[in-house]
Amino acid sequence: MQSLLDPTGEIEPVIRSPIAKPDMLEGKTLGLLDISKAKGDIFLDRLEELFSARGVKVRRYKKPTFAKPAPLKLIQEITKEVDIVIEGLAD
Amino acid sequence: MKDGIAVFVKYDCPTCLMVVPVLEKIQKTVEMKVFVQDYPEKFPSLMVEDDRELAESYDYNIEIVPTLVRFENGAEIERSVGWERSSWERMSQTKPLGDALPSIRPGCGSLSVESGIAEKLAIKFGEVKFSSRLVSLGSLEDDIELCFEKSWTDGLPVVPPTAERVYRMLKGTGRKADEIIGMMPPNNIACTVEKVAVNAVMAGCKPEFLPVVLGAVEAVLEPDFCLHGLIATTWFSGPMVIVNGKIRKTIGMNWKGNVLGQGNRANATIGRALQLTVRNVGGGKPQEVDQSTFGSPLKFGFCFAEDESTPWTTLAEDRGFTRDQSTVTLFSADGPVGCVDQNSREPASLVESIAGSLKMVNHVGIANASDVVVVIGPEHGRIFDEAGWTKEQAVEALHQATKMSEVSDLKMTTLAAKLDDSKARQSKSMINKFRKNGLTLIRAGGDAGLFSAIIPGWLMKGETGTEPITKEI
Repeated sequence: MQSLLDPTGEIEPVIRSPIAKPDMLEGKTLGLLDISKAKGDIFLDRLEELFSARGVKVRRYKKPTFAKPAPLKLIQEITKEVDIVIEGLAD
Repeated sequence: MKDGIAVFVKYDCPTCLMVVPVLEKIQKTVEMKVFVQDYPEKFPSLMVEDDRELAESYDYNIEIVPTLVRFENGAEIERSVGWERSSWERMSQTKPLGDALPSIRPGCGSLSVESGIAEKLAIKFGEVKFSSRLVSLGSLEDDIELCFEKSWTDGLPVVPPTAERVYRMLKGTGRKADEIIGMMPPNNIACTVEKVAVNAVMAGCKPEFLPVVLGAVEAVLEPDFCLHGLIATTWFSGPMVIVNGKIRKTIGMNWKGNVLGQGNRANATIGRALQLTVRNVGGGKPQEVDQSTFGSPLKFGFCFAEDESTPWTTLAEDRGFTRDQSTVTLFSADGPVGCVDQNSREPASLVESIAGSLKMVNHVGIANASDVVVVIGPEHGRIFDEAGWTKEQAVEALHQATKMSEVSDLKMTTLAAKLDDSKARQSKSMINKFRKNGLTLIRAGGDAGLFSAIIPGWLMKGETGTEPITKEI
């Protein structure tokens, strides 16, 4: 396995920590990403209902297949249009 | 080995193959180990040891194969490199050896010293130990992409800093890898020679550039340089590295055409190595601690050499060094601004012309905001040289010609009303646009073009300002 020497001051962990969770949803746009796994749409439909009822703007996205990373165009679209993404992983 | 003989061979060496019958003969009577570096199975007539890992070859510091080593009581007492009948006969106490062979034949390079392998062995067998942590790549991960993902780059691709590359880079200096050069702002992290070497690898430096990079890092870490402020400022500036002395030629730097531009590896990568060190070790990143409003292309790295073939003293000499010393001088600097004068044929007129452009530095109505470096091109330089003007005279004339009315040096809100230069010149209270040592002239550039380059900088020394720093390399 190849390794690289860390060029930094090493004050950050090698494994990246998750980004901070948003503290509120008001005024934000939420993206719901279906990865094309069976029944993902049912789960995401329900989330859309719940978020919409709370006045959060929701946009829906779908990957062509769960077997491959999302196409670059879809990633760019999501990055451009929403503040937060919820992805429906697994069956 | 306690007593006996060790011999190191490889199949890919005609001399090694030639001496196989000799080795067969020795092995019949003397205790002898035959270490094979590449294909042990290709020596079926001998009892051989598999040294494809090159551990033994590395341990015994073998540079040529065949090499014959004689041991007594566990100590090496004699060594013969290549085939030499008389010494082999003496060492093996076997006679006659290789009657049909020439009496002497040189060998081939040992695999353990081949380029690329020597570094791997040194790392594997512990000659060099790194203190930087290792970041592992997944088997399908691209190393250059990982560097981007880790936010280690300036936006351009970097050379992935493998242990082998960093080991080779460190060969460029006699300094120890764990030596601390200073505390690197803004995070005040101990900056070691090793960390600079890692960043120099990423920038694309050759090992022989490393002493210059280390000199530049030393210079920016002098408190008077005020690197923390230079990183954090909203102004355009970054560090500018000017190299003087023999090292310019040794490492092939450029001080001629396109001197401030792209195309020369040393110029391009030394400045970049400094900036990557600042970014990675200190954590000085744009839109974080680096609050520059616009930045500047030179913040990718800005380094060049001075043309020392002119009658003028060099920058290094002006700063107390001799021409025999190699130095690196650090300024804070913005992008260069061109000054064209194709009409002047004598120094006084050219000085007026350059001074006109110098007045615009920072703002035409402001004095003493920053220092300035003017790179006098060869065609402008010739006008001074032919008239016998020294650099000192030219600097003094430029100070005189850039004097401005004290009333112009006002707060921004009142500047517009105070810009009448003719009035300013008649005023009795004239002040210098630049402080006494704040106007630096150097020589560089391509042969054609009646131009000079004005390079302003960040705040001159004050409570938060910067001071140029020179270090011997």
